[in-house]
This record gives sequence, C-alpha cells and structure tokens, in this order.
Amino acid sequence: MGTAEAEATKPSKTSGENGNGTSSPGGAKLGDFSKEELHRFMRAMLLFRRFEEKAEEAYAIGKIGGFCHLHIGQEAGALGLIDPLRQDDWVITAYRDHTQALAKGLEPGPVMAELYGRDTGSSRGKGGSMHIFGAEQGFMGGHGIVGAQMPMAAGMAFAAKYRGTDQVCVCFMGDAAVNQGAFLESLNMAAIWKLPAIFVVENNEYGMGTAFSRVSAVPMIQRADSFGVPAHTVDAQDIIETWSFMDDLVKQVREGAGPQFVEARTYRFKGHSMSDPVSGTYRSKEEVDGRVKEQDPIAILRNRLFEADLMTEEELDAMDDEVRKEVDEAADFADEAPLPDPAELYSHVYAEINEHGRLFFDGRDGEAGHPGGGKD
Amino acid sequence: MAVITYREALNQALAEEMERDDSVFLMGEEVAEYDGAYKVSKGLLDQFGERRVVDSPISELGFAGLGVGAAMVGLRPIIEFMTFNFSILALDQVLNSAAKMLYMSGGQISCPMVFRGPTGAALQLSAQHSQACEIWYVHAPGIKVVTPATPADAKGLLKASIRDNDPVAFMEGELLYNLKGEVPDPDDGDFIIPLGVADLKREGEHISIITHGKMVHVALQAASKLEKDGIEADVLDLRTLRPLDVDAILATVRKTNRAVYLEEGWPWGGVGSQIVSIIQDEAFDDLDAPVVRVTQADVPMPYAKNLEQIAKPSVDRVIAACNRVLYRNS
Amino acid sequence: MATKVHMEALSPTMEEGQVVQWLKSEGDTVKSGDVLAEIETDKATMELVARGDGVLRKITVKEGETAPVGEVIAMIAAEDEDLGDDDAPDGDSSDDEASDSEADAEADSGDATDDDADEEADAGDEDEDDDAPPKAEADAKGKSGDGTKADGGESADAAPSGDGSGEEGQTGDGGRIKASPVARRLAKDEGVELAGIEGSGPGGRIIKRDVEEAVKAGPAEKAAAPAAAATARPGDGPDSEKVPLSQMRKTIAKRLVESIGPIPHFFLTIDVDMTRAVEARARINRDLERDGVKISYNDIVLKATAMALARHPECNAHWGGDHVVRFHRVHLGVAVAIEDGLITPVIRDADRKGMAAISAEVRELAGRAREKKLKPEEYTGATFSVSNLGMFGIEQFTAVINPPEAGILAVGAMEERAVVVDGELDIQPRMKITMSCDHRVIDGALGSQFLQTLRRILEEPLAALV
Repeated sequence: MGTAEAEATKPSKTSGENGNGTSSPGGAKLGDFSKEELHRFMRAMLLFRRFEEKAEEAYAIGKIGGFCHLHIGQEAGALGLIDPLRQDDWVITAYRDHTQALAKGLEPGPVMAELYGRDTGSSRGKGGSMHIFGAEQGFMGGHGIVGAQMPMAAGMAFAAKYRGTDQVCVCFMGDAAVNQGAFLESLNMAAIWKLPAIFVVENNEYGMGTAFSRVSAVPMIQRADSFGVPAHTVDAQDIIETWSFMDDLVKQVREGAGPQFVEARTYRFKGHSMSDPVSGTYRSKEEVDGRVKEQDPIAILRNRLFEADLMTEEELDAMDDEVRKEVDEAADFADEAPLPDPAELYSHVYAEINEHGRLFFDGRDGEAGHPGGGKD
Repeated sequence: MAVITYREALNQALAEEMERDDSVFLMGEEVAEYDGAYKVSKGLLDQFGERRVVDSPISELGFAGLGVGAAMVGLRPIIEFMTFNFSILALDQVLNSAAKMLYMSGGQISCPMVFRGPTGAALQLSAQHSQACEIWYVHAPGIKVVTPATPADAKGLLKASIRDNDPVAFMEGELLYNLKGEVPDPDDGDFIIPLGVADLKREGEHISIITHGKMVHVALQAASKLEKDGIEADVLDLRTLRPLDVDAILATVRKTNRAVYLEEGWPWGGVGSQIVSIIQDEAFDDLDAPVVRVTQADVPMPYAKNLEQIAKPSVDRVIAACNRVLYRNS
Repeated sequence: MATKVHMEALSPTMEEGQVVQWLKSEGDTVKSGDVLAEIETDKATMELVARGDGVLRKITVKEGETAPVGEVIAMIAAEDEDLGDDDAPDGDSSDDEASDSEADAEADSGDATDDDADEEADAGDEDEDDDAPPKAEADAKGKSGDGTKADGGESADAAPSGDGSGEEGQTGDGGRIKASPVARRLAKDEGVELAGIEGSGPGGRIIKRDVEEAVKAGPAEKAAAPAAAATARPGDGPDSEKVPLSQMRKTIAKRLVESIGPIPHFFLTIDVDMTRAVEARARINRDLERDGVKISYNDIVLKATAMALARHPECNAHWGGDHVVRFHRVHLGVAVAIEDGLITPVIRDADRKGMAAISAEVRELAGRAREKKLKPEEYTGATFSVSNLGMFGIEQFTAVINPPEAGILAVGAMEERAVVVDGELDIQPRMKITMSCDHRVIDGALGSQFLQTLRRILEEPLAALV
C-alpha cells in the first residue's frame, strides 16, 4: 500500500500539517452554531439524501434515463462547502451535481424535473442529470467532461477580479480530475493571477472504479504543491467541521488570499452511476458497509445533536417526514410536468440568430420551432 | 478609406471594441508584452493595460476554458490562439463547453466570446503547423465561424464577432496579415460587416468559384487567368461559414450552373462537402455539371518546398477544376 | 445444370436462322459469353453466344441447317452430366430448367437487367417488332421474383427508376439519357425532347448549351440526336410525331389501297441538269485527293436528298396504319445489291453529315453489307430510301417503296443529252430521278415540291444555301 492510499483512507476530522506546509483551519465546535442552524444543516442533508433516494427509485422505474450519479454519503460536503457562499458567488462542478445544485439554492422540483427530462426542469429538459444549471443561484453547471469545469472556474474568478467584485468561485471535482491537464493549467493560471477560486476535490477515493492510490504517486494534498496554491484537507463527512472550514476559507479568498486547493475527504455510498453496483469489483462489501456505518454524515451529525441534546428522535423523525414529503412533491412536480415542446429542439443553440445566413444545416428549416423557418 | 494591412485592420477592430465595451478583454500567448506573435495586438497593452490585455501561459485548454468561464458570467473574452493548430488542445473547451453551454443550461448561460488566430498553412511550417481547422469548429452547432479574406472584411467581421452573443471562431490567415486593402476610416463611424453575408469578390457568368478565407485570393488569381481564356468566373467569398449565406451560394450557382469549391483543408468531410451537399440539394435543377472541390492534398503537410507546393490548393488546380466543370480540355 | 442453346432472334424480324459455322465443337469447354456459332439471319451474319458455362455437349443443328427461332440447336452441360432424352424435346419441365440456369446466369447482372426489362415494359406500346425482352430475361426476372433474390424489394427498386426516367429520360433503346439537371429543367420548360439533342458534355451528357442551341435552332434541329436513338419506335419517340389522320386522308388511304394494292404508289420523275454537280465533284475530288476522299454522284444525290427531306418533313415519313409518323431526323436508307439480294444500310442524320462523311460511310456499310456483317441497327430505322441503278446504265426506273417508309428515289444513270436551253440546243450531263410515293402519306403536289427542292440543290448548290 502506497503513501497516497494510506493518506486517502485515513479520514481526518481535523486539520493538520500537509505536504506543502499550509494548514487548514479546524477545531470547529458544535457550540459555534445555533440550534436553528444545526437543525437547518440536518434538514438540508436529509433533503439531499431523500432526493437522491427518490432519484434512484425513479431511475429504477424508468422515469429518469441516461447517466445518473448519486451523491449519497457525500451530503456534508455538498452542504458544508457550498452553504457558506453568497448567492452571487459561483459554484461549478462535475456531473455528480444534484445535491450541490440544491445546496446552492435550486428548488428540488426543477432539479427533479430536469432529471425527468421535463420542460419545467432547471435546464428545460435539455441538460439532464449531468447538467444542472442555475444561473440566478450562481450554480454554473454540472459538466460532463472530467476536469473541464476547472478552467471555467478560473474564468469566473478572473471575471470577479476583472470587475473588481469580491465574488468567489468554488470549483468541485472528483479525485480523478486532478490527473487531467486542465487541473494543472487552471491551478497555474489561478495562481499567477491570484484568482478568487477554490478548487475542491471531493476525494471519495475512487475515480469511477479506480482507486486514487493507483493513479497518483503522491497523496492528494501534494498535488497542488507545484503551483504555489495553498492546500487544505477537510473531513467532508462532518458538516460542522466542513462548514466552519469553508466559511473561513471563503472569507480569506474574498479578501484576496488567492486560489485555494481543498481535499474534501469523503466516501461514495452508492455505485459510480446507476449501472455500477455499490460494491463488487473494485471495493468490497465489507469496506462499503464499514464506511457507511462509520462515516454517514447524517448519522454523525445526528449523534452529535442527540448527545448535546440539541435534537430529539421525534424532532428528527418529524423533520424526515417533512423532507420526504418535500421530495415526493418534487417528484410529483416532475412527473406531472410537460415534456419539452418538440419546437424546443432548436431553441438555445444560439443566443443570437443572426439576421443573415443559415445557422442550422439539417434541412428541417420548415419545421416548427426551427430558427431557419422561412428565412432562406 | 485608408489603405491598411489586414493586421492593422484587426488591430483597429480590437482597439475599437475594447474602447467601446469594458467587458471585452484579450487573452492569449504573447498578446501583451510581445505585442502579439503576429503583432496583431500591437500597442494594445499600452492602451488598455494588463487588466485587459493578458499574456497567458502556454495552456491552450486552460486559457480557452478561462475565457469560457469569463463569458459565462458576462465578460466578452477574445481568446487568441497563436495559431488554430494549437487550438486543437483547446477543442474540448470550445466544442464541449462554449458551443453547448447555452443548450445544456436550457438557455440560461451563454458564451459571448471570440476565439481568434490564423488558420491554415503558411510557408514550410510542415505538418503540425499547417492545417486548416475550420471544419472542426463549423461542424458543431452552437458556434459560429468567420473567415475574413481582406483587411476590410477582417475589421468589419471582427467587430461583429466581438459583439455577437455566441462563441465565434474567427479564423485569420498568417499569410494575409501583410495584405493591404482599403478599409473605411475609423472617423467615418462604426464599420461592421454582419455575419452571414457572403461577398461576391468578382463577377462572371460561366462558373462559380466558391471559397472562403485565404483561398479567396487563389480563386481570384485563377479567375484572372481564366478570363484570358474567355471564361468569366464568379468568385464568391463566403466570409462566414456559420451562419452561412446559402442564398448567395444558390444565386451564383443559379447564374452559372457550374461550381467549384475551393478550400485549404482536407477533402473528407471538408467545408466543401457541406457546400456541395447544399447545392445538390437546393439547386439540383440548376446544375449543368457536377460540383468539384479543390482541397489540400489528402496528406499531412510536407516540409519540402516542392512537396508543400503541390500539396496546397493552387491556381493551376483551381483552373483545372474549372475546366473540368466547364467540360473544357486544357 | 444444363443450358440449352436456342436459335435466338438475332435481328428484329428474324424468324429462323441458318447455322453458318460452329465456332465451338462438341466437347469444347465454353463459358458464358463465348461465341458459339455464326448464324445467318434474314439480314446479316450474327454471332450466337453461350448463356451458360460447361462443355458443349451436343450440337443438334449442323452447319448449313436452318432452325426456327427458339429451337434448341445445342446443349451445354457439365462434362459428366446426364442429358436425359437425346432429343432434348421442348418439354415444359426442361424448359423451366433452362430458364432456371439462365436466371442464374443473369443473376450477376441482377438489378440492371431487371431495370432494363422494366423500362422496356414501361416504354412499350403497340409496337412489338423490336427489342422485346428475350424470353430468357423475362424468365430470369420471373424467377428472381420468387427465387433467392426474392422479397419484392427489387421490383420496388426498379419501379421508381423506370418512372423517373420514363418520360424524358430514356433513349429509344431503353438506356437512360445523360443530361445535366439544368439541361433537363430547361428542356422541360422549353418543351424540347432531350432524346432529340446531341450531348456535348462528357460521355455525351446533354448540357445546358445543347438545349439552348436546340431551342434556338427550332424544330428541325431538335431532331438531331445520337444514332442510338434511331431505332426508336416510330410515333412514340422524341424523334418523330404522330399526325392523326383527317377523315379525308382516311378516305384517300382506303380508296387508293382498294384501287391498286397494299401501297398506293404513284411516281414522279425529274430530269436534272448535273452540270454544276459534275464541276463540283471534280473540284472536290481534286482538292481532297490527298485525303483519299472520292465523292461519287450517288453521294451527291444522297446529300441533296437528305437536305431536301429536312426541308420537307412531310415526305420524311412512315405510314402507321391509323396515323402518319413524321420524322424530325433524316435517316437515309441506301439500297445495296448483295450476292443473293438487296439490303438497305442506313446513313443516320444524313442531312447533318458532310458529303465526305456520307461517302465514307456508304462505302464502309456497303462493304460490310456484301460480307453480311451488318448489325441490325445498321440496316433498320430508315426514314426514306434511295436506290441507284445508274451504274448499270439504267436511264430511268421506278423503285418499290420499302414499307413503312412513304417514299423512295430511283436514281438513273447520268448521261450527256441534248436539251433545249433558251431556244438553243445544248449538251448537258442529265440525270433522271423518279420518286415513288405512298399516296396515303404523300400527295402529288407534296412530292413535286420535294423534288423541286432536290433539283434546285443539285442544279444550283449555292442557291440551296439561301
């Protein structure tokens, strides 16, 4: 077993010294948060969990098609790394994006409707699971090409700096993405121009079915070393720890600390996608069962709240019922929503249909909705 | 009217648009302190400062994607590729991100930006630096492709491209930068050439040579030679490949009944393939002969001067193609 | 499987054929396409080719013997194949067998063959005399319909191609006319028949300028077309038009036939001053001696006749029973005496050919006619004929019309005769030409006008150019 794996599989609840000597904040205490806030965290994470479970169910009965990547087990990261942001800050991510969209402020209904491929979906049914967008909420999309979101994140951060605003861009990626050239190029540009970007690796230890230790000679935390970008590790199964860490980091970046690299340690409780079993070829059932038992972010918060008498079993049950109801409503909203009008096929390809010339070449000019209709 | 070079025309367009709109910035390799690898951005750093004229690391994927991200949140980046050969590294950002962003976001997020730089061969730069990249861009819905051939077109079309609300691949020609031509004086007001309007660079009645970009000049030379033979050719410069001025294509074909498509790229799935498809589809009953294409030889660009010469589309090959289409022996 | 070798219809009108020579002997290995024998038809000696592979096992019709079309004259089979009944009777079962093997043999050419057959079928109407699909092809098609190629897709394929080209896209022999799209459109707009236009594009493709020229030239020029179109069925092709009979014409036809036989002939004679023709011939032959060109008086008459016919299309016609077929192209039949009879090779588009070309063509065709090597398309399709017995010293004669043509010229010998010119005696080279007319088509005045034109051309060649 190499160093990387040893590092990666050891969950660290608190910050510590890392490879390049930068430190991550830590030591957050339950007492730093109000009861209401803690309840809000719990409710949000429950919503993420139930939302993904509903999506899984809908996928199983054919309501959702294509790729569908669930975030179950990673809810604390979704919430804690996004919740501290302002609405005008940006989040951009990869394709495991449902709960992050919810965390950035999208309503469950439109997100579920997007998964269902409906006209009321957040991307009007044109994006699907991998491409949830919420421009208004600063959720700049799920992106399907591993690592491709990183240069774009640098671009948004560049825009903030260009305009002189204090907006921050948070870029999520999976652990596999750090091996893309885009990672190097983006971190380097962010560093040389001191861009307000936070690059967060959700290190769930497997890029699809390949353990990170098999594709990196050094631990994750060292991967940002050569760019002069401060690196941090956070236990992203612990919402209290994660939220506090991110809140602090965002403030620093907003004040001009420049780009940051964060390894958010987490674990995916489900398969890579709907076609990947929870356990089997690349990870054992024992491993998964053990991690689910030890590291369920919802259980971790629940235990701490119960211990501190900040929440009762009844309160939690009531909260869960409420969340389930909300998710059911989202599913109903999606189910009842109309399919996109066939005429929508041609909308949103171009923002500007030029006055002259032909833009579409499929010979279907005369058809309803075709922007070339009647032009030539 | 002033006679300036293609390079100066581009420079004017950049300066005018940056002056006009603060959200426009220029990024690329060597664009700032070096004044541009081909000096297109000469003086812009002094005029606009390093905030808006930004030297990038050699990271084509990275800075192209940075431009996409900046455009997603409302800036109007101009991303300069030293040549479009290097843009192949960035194609993921252009095709998968910029071109599809608006669609996959359901209309929420557009990418108003320009990718620009020279495309095609120069002189003896051999295989990796001498390729026409138009087709890789024009293939994808969501992006627009502009290929100016003259200084005036370069200026008017670049200004229109910068103001366009979609990603535009603006493809210049290394061998065109020194080309001189008349361009309306900046004092006479904004000179804009709308996208999607082809330009009949020469009028004739016997045959249509349809082309774009640098090849316009090869077509014009061929037309001059044909004229001595009593053959009058229409030379239609498409100017923009997407949007495409189909009306102009059909009009010239309906006039001459014969067409040759000339392009710098390779034949398989080339720009000409699409043009020929349109012609046979929409002007079938106007054709008196098959439409013939003249392209680069279907090989990587060789280095040796003589080989390069025969690999490129030449005046002679255009004339031969015209004769073939005219059913003339020569 | 055995393949029967049939006496095939090698000319449009052939009913029986004589085996001149077997080029393969019993026991020889033959392949489909090999020439098996020379067959003398009613018109020429033709080659009979094998339609199957194997060994020529048996020859049942010997050299010099005659067999009706359709009769089995030999058998091709595998070396050790049992041929069964020695007499190879035309029983139904063995017929089917033969068809099967021919169907197999045709399978390679597949769709094309079927298409052709279909197009023939589409184009066909009352005329059955030529180019009917050989039985084997028809069989092959039938077989393929329910055989291995099967499933009907083929005929579905063939149908649209027939439809698409049926109206304007076919040559007389069922081939597709090659024309550029704009030429097709223009021809349609202008009402010009493509088949009547000579293509100047690659491979004879008709292009825009060909149609434009045809339009400019008017109806007479529209008649110009490739020789291949000459065998078009009279009256339904682009080279000719049907002229309905008026009641009067019907009555004339009926009464004249009742009067003097199947073709109501009448005869018109002109006596032509050949002075200019003699001068011209001498000059031409002197000038072109180096090129080996030697024009005969007959060539001059042929050219003049063709020119005159072009100006009098009413005489360039066939009798069609219930209609008259008036031709837009002039294909002159030239009667040639051969050893045991007479054959009339055809000079296509004679009005459009130069005298030297006509001369060369006549010589070449006549030569092959005497060797009986003419192909059917070389002796069919005449619109009008010329017979010349001048070389035999015949001063004047009448020729019998070659139906369904409506006229024939009988050209006599040229000889010096004394004639009165402006009250004075003069000695001139003179030639008598007699036209036999089918009165159902050509009336006296019409024939006379034609002959006037002919005389004018011969006597005043320059004036004829006006």
